[in-house]
Amino acid sequence: MKAPIALVDCNNFYTSCERVFDPQLQGVPLVVLSNNDGCVIARSEEAKALGIAMGTPLHHIPRSAYRQGLVLKSSNYELYGDMSRRVLAVLRESTPLVEPYSIDESWVELAGLGGERLEAECHRLRDKVKRWTGLQVSVGCGPSRTLAKLANRHAKRHPATNGVSVINGPVRADSRALLARTLVSDVWGIGGRVSARLQEMDIRSALDLATADPTLIRRRFSVVLERTLRELGGLHCIDMIDDSEGKKMIMTSRSFGKMTADRDQIMASLMAHASRGAEKLRRQGSLASAVMITLRTNKFAEGVAQHRDSKVIALPWPTDDTFEIVRAVRRELDAIRQEGVRYHKSGVLLMDLVDRHGRQLDAFQAKRDDNQRQRSEKLMTTLDSLNRRFGKDAVTVGYCQRIGLRRNTSTDKERRSNTRGEEPDWWLRSRYCSNRWTTRLEEIPKVTLE
Amino acid sequence: MLHVSRPVPASIDPLECLLPLAEISARAGIAGFPSPAQDYVSDTIDLNHTLIPHPAATYLVTATGDSMQTADGAGIQSGDLLVVDRSPEPRHGDIVIAVIDGEMVVKELRTQHGCPRLHSANPAYAPIPLATQDIRLWGVVTSLIRRFRR
Repeated sequence: MKAPIALVDCNNFYTSCERVFDPQLQGVPLVVLSNNDGCVIARSEEAKALGIAMGTPLHHIPRSAYRQGLVLKSSNYELYGDMSRRVLAVLRESTPLVEPYSIDESWVELAGLGGERLEAECHRLRDKVKRWTGLQVSVGCGPSRTLAKLANRHAKRHPATNGVSVINGPVRADSRALLARTLVSDVWGIGGRVSARLQEMDIRSALDLATADPTLIRRRFSVVLERTLRELGGLHCIDMIDDSEGKKMIMTSRSFGKMTADRDQIMASLMAHASRGAEKLRRQGSLASAVMITLRTNKFAEGVAQHRDSKVIALPWPTDDTFEIVRAVRRELDAIRQEGVRYHKSGVLLMDLVDRHGRQLDAFQAKRDDNQRQRSEKLMTTLDSLNRRFGKDAVTVGYCQRIGLRRNTSTDKERRSNTRGEEPDWWLRSRYCSNRWTTRLEEIPKVTLE
Repeated sequence: MLHVSRPVPASIDPLECLLPLAEISARAGIAGFPSPAQDYVSDTIDLNHTLIPHPAATYLVTATGDSMQTADGAGIQSGDLLVVDRSPEPRHGDIVIAVIDGEMVVKELRTQHGCPRLHSANPAYAPIPLATQDIRLWGVVTSLIRRFRR
């Protein structure tokens, strides 16, 4: 019997982060805009109530919304990244078995708990995250990830749950009823086309799928859907983030063969990860809006300086272009790397993925001319086909040693205080950006003495 | 009399901000103050560790304004850096950050007759019962950092 697993998910994460440090935003309709202030990527409950849809381009937001007090915020990935890191740290204090799933969701294994104690632990986690970070989370728990996801959805939608829902598989009456109420299209990993075909077979609810014939499902669909079926039945089948569909982020990371403090080597590893990640993006037809780089030392090595750090970097527009991603990574390495520290592992996480075809072209592409985009697409297609033909890594992004020399021209500290200033105007339009409240000393909140 | 026998080489490692305590304790006798902690001296002082026991719950804020300067207002001055920990349960006597009317303010939490109230150092402001609508405690100020020279 595997330990129960919980999905801890921050409610309206970006807008909630904004509110922690700017209490004036409490209770007002609030939206966060994509890179370059293109379109809506996050909404507070009040903004949802005004009928503002996800992905609405900025210039399509009706005037009436502003009359109702709508507030705009540019995306502040540095803040969201830090708050996400804090939530993770709080969870890790309670259990070591925490696996980040996206910037605002984590899987948590709750070993050795059952029944009421399990539910109490979920509430404890929720209260602790709220207290320590100011962010509200919903916790869904079950014997499998698919059920945990479903429970989480329930917890989020129904205030009566107090943000926590535990499912025990269809054996228990209340869990069974919840599965019966959940549409099969709302089950984790089931896309529109599959759910349409399932409905033709009269499989409409999650319960219908859980109790369907697994062999039939595998034959007509796939082993992936069979696995979902078994997971809905309370069987733990999905161990790692599913590789085949529904991915919200792409992680590429690896330990170094040998610990190294060498900047060039670390840079080369990050660039390789960035390239590999971009390739995966293109394969699954997604674009990334932000990228996170991480560095860590070997925590088991004794007598050496320990350090781990990560940084979220907003990309100028959602992209799958290797060069654009590599450029962002290259620009920010020095912000997290510490001179002389020997690192053990590096990683690149591509996040906030959007569907390549579903995106709002006009809004996103405002600052990027068509020529440039077509050239990039052609180049990437060529890159991928060369690598397919001549083997992985036949063609890679070259590491320009000049970059390595340039580091001497400005110190880390100067760079850090300059990062906004040194970005050319076209880099990122963020007219409504809040302070980086938690990561820049000169931008921390001001409190009034009275 | 306090005299420093020689400058302590404070090789500050940005990773942990380690000050080499061993160096100080070795000289403590000469400098004239006893060292009762001689036996359990660790190698270093880590200010991050001392001031920030809960990094995930700790936030820095700057104080502005002028009304907590009296002694009972913890002597906070405009421009001071406050270390705010959100994790502890606020209790009587804590300096806290509260959100009042959408603004973050510094107050002192005092409980009288079982009723927690937010006090200002400035007598012009009346204490506000914590139960008042639209008041939230944001965190507890655990330390103050004032730099005399940068």
